[in-house]
Order: sequence, then C-alpha cells, then structure tokens
Amino acid sequence: MPAQHTPHTSAAPARHYLNDGYGIKSWLLTRDHKRIALLYLVGVTFFFFVGGAFAVLIRLELATPAGDLVSDDTYNKLFTMHGVMMVFFFLIPSIPAVLGNFLVPIMIGAKDLAFPKLNLASWYIYMLGGLFTLWALVNGGVDTGWTFYTPFSTVSSTTNVIPTAVGIFITGFSSILTGLNFIVTIHKMRAPGMTWFRMPLFLWSMYATSIIFVLGTPVIAITLALVAVERLFHLGFFDPRYGGDPVLFQHMFWFYSHPAVYIMVLPAMGVVSELVAAGCRKEVYGYKFVAFASVAIAVLSFLVWGHHMFVAGESVYAAMIFSILSFFVAIPSAVKVFNWTATMYRGSVSWETPMLYSYGFIGLFTIGGLTGLFLAAVGVDVHVTDTYFIIAHFHYIMVGGAIMGYLGGLHFWWPKMTGRLYNEGLAKLSAGIIFIGFNLTFFPQFVLGYLGMPRRYHAYPPDFQVLNVLSSAGASILGIGYLIPMCYLMWSLRYGPLAGSNPWGAVGLEWTTTSPPPTENFEHPPTVDWEPYDYPSVQGAEPRVV
Amino acid sequence: MSSHTHHGALAHQFEDLTQQREVASLGMWLFLVTEILFFGGLFLVYSVYRSWYPAAFTAGSHELLVWAGTTNTVVLITSSLTMALAVHAAETGNRRALILLLLATMALGCVFLGIKSYEYWTEYIEHHIPAHGFEFQKEYFFQAQIFFSLYFVMTGLHALHMIIGLGIMSVMVWMSWRGKITPEYPNPIEVSGLYWHFVDIVWIFLFPLLYLIGRHVH
Amino acid sequence: MSTDTRAHAAAGPTRVYYVIFTILIVCTYLTWQVAYFDLGKLNTVAALAIAGLKATLVVWFFMHARSSSRLTWLIAFGGLLWLAILLALTFGDYLTR
Repeated sequence: MPAQHTPHTSAAPARHYLNDGYGIKSWLLTRDHKRIALLYLVGVTFFFFVGGAFAVLIRLELATPAGDLVSDDTYNKLFTMHGVMMVFFFLIPSIPAVLGNFLVPIMIGAKDLAFPKLNLASWYIYMLGGLFTLWALVNGGVDTGWTFYTPFSTVSSTTNVIPTAVGIFITGFSSILTGLNFIVTIHKMRAPGMTWFRMPLFLWSMYATSIIFVLGTPVIAITLALVAVERLFHLGFFDPRYGGDPVLFQHMFWFYSHPAVYIMVLPAMGVVSELVAAGCRKEVYGYKFVAFASVAIAVLSFLVWGHHMFVAGESVYAAMIFSILSFFVAIPSAVKVFNWTATMYRGSVSWETPMLYSYGFIGLFTIGGLTGLFLAAVGVDVHVTDTYFIIAHFHYIMVGGAIMGYLGGLHFWWPKMTGRLYNEGLAKLSAGIIFIGFNLTFFPQFVLGYLGMPRRYHAYPPDFQVLNVLSSAGASILGIGYLIPMCYLMWSLRYGPLAGSNPWGAVGLEWTTTSPPPTENFEHPPTVDWEPYDYPSVQGAEPRVV
Repeated sequence: MSSHTHHGALAHQFEDLTQQREVASLGMWLFLVTEILFFGGLFLVYSVYRSWYPAAFTAGSHELLVWAGTTNTVVLITSSLTMALAVHAAETGNRRALILLLLATMALGCVFLGIKSYEYWTEYIEHHIPAHGFEFQKEYFFQAQIFFSLYFVMTGLHALHMIIGLGIMSVMVWMSWRGKITPEYPNPIEVSGLYWHFVDIVWIFLFPLLYLIGRHVH
Repeated sequence: MSTDTRAHAAAGPTRVYYVIFTILIVCTYLTWQVAYFDLGKLNTVAALAIAGLKATLVVWFFMHARSSSRLTWLIAFGGLLWLAILLALTFGDYLTR
C-alpha cells in the first residue's frame, strides 16, 4: 500500500539492524547491506577529507602568484594526490556504495543484495586499495597527475607511480563487485509487483551506473597494470623510444575515465529525482524518459572519450567524431533537467535541506553541463584545454553536481538510516555556505581559464591574482561548509529526535518500513501494486512531520 | 522438484533454489564480461602494434614453439570437455564422476602450465625476455621487443587465470568430496565451469594471434 | 518469470559434448594448417574466423548458452559489443592519422 496510507510511527522499533548484534566483529563480518553501507560511509568520508586537505594546500599556494608555499615538484604531488583521492576513493564509490548499498534492496523489496558476502568483500577491497594508495601518496607521493600520462609516468617520474597504480587497480575490483551485485539484484530480486517501471528512478540510475562499473573498470585496470609493468620492466608499450605510442595509453585510460565521470554524476541524478519528487510531492515528470535517459547516458558515455585528446595527437577525423558524439551525450542529461524542472512546476515546492541540495544540483549541473558543450566543440577546446576552464567545468559537475547530490541524499535518507533527525537549521545553513563557497571558488576559474591560466601550475602571472584570491577565499568557505554537517550529523546520532518511519511523508518502499529498518528490511515481504511517486493531489497532502 | 526454504544450501535473501541458481549464473556471466574487457585491453594493444610492425611481429612469432602452442590448445579444449562433463555429473548427482572429472580438468590444466613453463624457459635461454638481455635481429629489435612484451603479458595473465582456476577447482573437489554439491545445488560447479571455459576461449584467440603470424613465410 | 531453462530442466545427454569436442579439435588442426598457406590478408581473417567459431561453440554448448536466458545472451553479447567499441573507435584514430 502506498506510503501515504502507511501510518507514520513515531517510536523507534525495538530491534533493528543497528542493535541487531553488538561488537566490532558484528560489524567487520557483517553481511547486512545496510551495515556495509555505513562501513563505506566511514571510508568515503575519511578519504574525502584527505582529498580535501590536499585541495586546501593547493588553494593556499595559489593565493599568491609566486610559487612560494611549496616547490613545483611538491605542487605536482599535491594536485595528483587531490585528484586520485577524490576521484577513485570518494566520488566514484560515494553514492553507489553508501546510498546504493543501503537502498537498493529496500527499494525493490528484497531482504539483501544478491551476493552479500561479495558486498562485504568489496568494502575490504576498497579499504585495502585506499589505504595502500594513501600510504604511497604520503610516503613520497606521486607527481604524474591523476591521469598518469605516459611516458612521464612510465619512464621519467621518480615518484611512487607503481604502488599508486596498484592501489587503484585493487580498488577497481570493489567497483566491479558492487556493479555486478546491483545488476543481478535489480534483475532477479524485485518483490512481487515491482515491475521495472514501478521502480524508483534512483534504481534506474544505480542500474545504469552499474553497467559502467562492469564495462569500464576492467579497462582502467589493465591500463594501470600495463603502466606498472612497463615501468617495472622497462618495456615499450607507451614509450616512443622503443616504438610505443603514448597516445595509446590515453585511449585506454579515457575509455574508462570518461564513463567514470558519469559513474560520479548518474547516481547523483538518481538522488535528485527522488528528492525533487518528495520535495514537490509530485511524480517525476516523464518517468520513462528519465529512466531511459539514465541508460542512454551510460551507453553514450563510452563513445566520447576522445574529447580528452583533441590536442594529444589523435587524428582530426577521430576528433570530429568524438566531438559530435559528445554533443549527443548531453541530450539525455538535458532531458533530465527539463523533467525535474517540469516536476517542480505546479508542485508543492518545499525548502528542506535535501531539496535545497537538489535545486542546487539542477542549477550547478546545468552550468557545468553547458560548459561541457563548449568543450565538445574542438575549436573552443583547443584554446581552453589544460586551463582552469576545464577545472571549473568538471568541478561544477563533480562538486556542484555530484557532491551536492550526495549530501542531499545523505540528509534525505539520514532519518531512515539512523532513526534520527538532524538539526534542520544548521543543515540549511551549511547548504547555503556550501553553495556560496562553491560558486566563489569555481566561477572565477572559468574566467581564469578563458584568460589563459594553465592548470597544474603552482605559479602564475600577477594579473591573475585577484581571481585566484577569490577562488581561494571561496575554498575556505566551502571547507567550513563541509565540516559543519560532520558535526550535526554525528550529534544527531545520540541527541537527534527520533525520526519515525516516514518523516518526509514521501512515497517509496523504504518509507513503509521502520527507521532504522529491521535487519531483514521489512516485517513482511512487501507486494507492490502502486505506481512510483504515487503522491496524492497537492490539496490532500498530509502535513510534514519535520 | 521441490526447492523450498528449508534446503540447507538456500541463502536467506533468496525465495528458492531456482532463483539462487539463476542469480549465481548471471553473476558469473557479468564477471566474465569484465574479463572480456580486461583481456580486451591487451588485444587492443596487440592489434595496434601488429598493424604498425607486421614484419617484426612475424619474425617474433616464428620464434615461438608451434608444437607447444598447438598441444596446449588441444589440452585446454580437452579440459573444457572434462569440465562440461563435470557440470553434467553435478547436475545428475554423480558424485564419483564429478570428482574424477574435476581432477582430470585440473590435471590437464597442470599439463598446460607445465608446457607453458617449458616455453618460458626456452625463451629465457634464447634471450627473448624483453629488456633483460633481449637479443634479436637489429632491424626489428625494438618492435620485436614489443611483440615479446605482449606475448609475456598476455600469456602470463592467461596463466595467472589458469592458476586461479586450479585454485577454484581444488575448492570444487573439496566441496564435491564433502557432499555439498547436489542436483538441486550444482551452482558452484556450474559457475566454475563458466570461468574455466572462458579461460579456454581466451587461449583459443591467443594461439593463432601469437603463434601463427605469417607462418607461410620462411 | 525466468526463461532460463537450465535451472528447471534436467541435464541432457552428454553425447553433444563429445561431438563439439571433436569439431573443436578439427578446427584447431585447420587453424594450424591454414597458417602455412599464403592467403595474404586472409590469413588473419581465417585465423580469427576459426577462433570465433570455436569460441562460439564453447559458449553455446559447453557454457550452456543455448539453454540460458535471453538476459544471459544480452550480457555476453554486450561484453563483446563493448570490446568492439573499444577497438573500433581507437582504430578510428589510428587509421585516420
């Protein structure tokens, strides 16, 4: 029965997944997808702040034109480590491994994922790879950039390339296992009545993301393995001195790494679909279009990688093909933005924190996406590639987009995961600080890039200082904005009011069970006979509890 | 055939054994897709450099032992036969045949690795290990080194998968011995079989691409 | 609602495995022999075609694709298609430089 007919129970259940077994062993040997999600939450949060620390150092250096804080070699290590940590150990796992792991079984009405033991293994693999890479990074560091371009990474760099490559290789298996698990679970373990088109759109996003996990990750794995082997044994796959082609590395690297950016943003889009529906108490406009757009993004994302190589030496004909395909891949993303906006139109628009993050996502992702279209045009890209324009573009998508989606989802489902409500006032404040800090950090970078400031340089002409100072100031505000949620979310675990089963009055299987849910997710396995986002008309809406 | 919840092999998240069996198979097929892309990256590198250096690749290929490659192909195809028969034995509850066929598969796998080791040893003796005392006719020196780098990386990665396969098979033998495999629960044997056949298929492509380049040229 | 007949049906006779095995051995012999004839560019085509046939037989019969669900076919085909994309678009660059 739809959520609005489910009585909102205020009390916390007596037994739930958090108190179903105590002690470190019950957590480290758990097979419960919900506990594994929390294990991942700890991991991704840790690596986020590690990557963030490197960002702070970068922005500190760039506050002045001279390269006076660190040497150029050290600066190379800083941006490499920032990129490696953020891309591989925060952005890629965050939503799938935390929110996906927690929600996928519940949203389809299952007791767990298809392979619970593999799920736990994926977490161990992730932590092993992450800590190994972190060790390599602090024990000398890497200076190749997170992109590991050859032959610098295979021949000339004197830093810890091989251990870093190995660490990322290991973590890749975590992605593969997660993707595999989600695909099989969604195909085979949906509750009776849960047809594909009754699934919440978050699940379509998880499914599409998992396709990318499975098809793309193995290629970065073999690519990094070849880098390590070439470096170790002085081979010549990518070394022009020995007949190799450095651009071949780039083809293989970007075959994964472009779809990887969709691994980062697709889940956030899925979150936004859920948040906008709940926040406007209205079904998502054009459900099937949004669902198919998710799959289309996953497929098309594999056809555009050469747009990272317009100036690398790829043929102009290949560049033209990758360019036109890059324009196409924007279409399904645009469809989603239109549909979210149409959902908000004549909806009962609310302003709670998760909704604030989702509206922020829609605006900032649009800006990031539009600048992506500029870059898809070869004629523009050859001028702004390797400048701060690129950096601004992808940070608008990854920070303004993906991280806002992650924070929105974390806040939205926090009551479900923990059984507690967070402090809405502080949360709104943080969202505002993050929004302001983010734009102050990254908007000036569009201008800087357009004016010609190169990326990965630790010094720059004095003319660029004002914009850089604005950006660094923004970064410090952004950093504060990220720290505040850590505080009130942790505080809520002990002192937050009890959430009850459905504090948002939202529709979805996860809101029909208790907060926190029992280990088996539902008292009785559910049967679904209602459409997704089956909200009553706005006039009949129940008052929200929060 | 009843497969309701009280069967010991049924994991709690599944409705019945049928669902569990389908899930296991799908999971392994998806994993094999990742392996297609994993080896696929190497086939890409191979294709690029073979198209760039056909003469050097031919010269390098001529140095490989065709008898060893052909024999190994026959060995692996035979091991796929024994594996398919093992899966059949598992599905029909023939425990004795299952164990014997698994052991036969493993034995053939060991023969493969034995021949491969011999080949590696001859390549070492003939100074065909890249960047470690590599010797080759001057005009093809660097390109042939790329060929041999590919040869070692591709067959090495394949051999690593064989070794992992042998490890999996040992576990399968143990599980069969302990009676954990039944016609209602042949899943471990089935998915191990899928993996083993895949490793065979990789070799089916490696063999002509590495050993038989331009063999008509003398 | 599965179309995976493997999980439901009893296992069939084993004769088909021996037949396929024989075909595979014959194909191996053919691969080996054809390599020693000069067919120019067709040598590579022939080698890949025979290897492709062998692989198809292994997938269809030994890996039981013939009695697996359409989803399994889609997954297997998808993997091959994606490898084709990797090769095709990369060669799209190499062949037009």
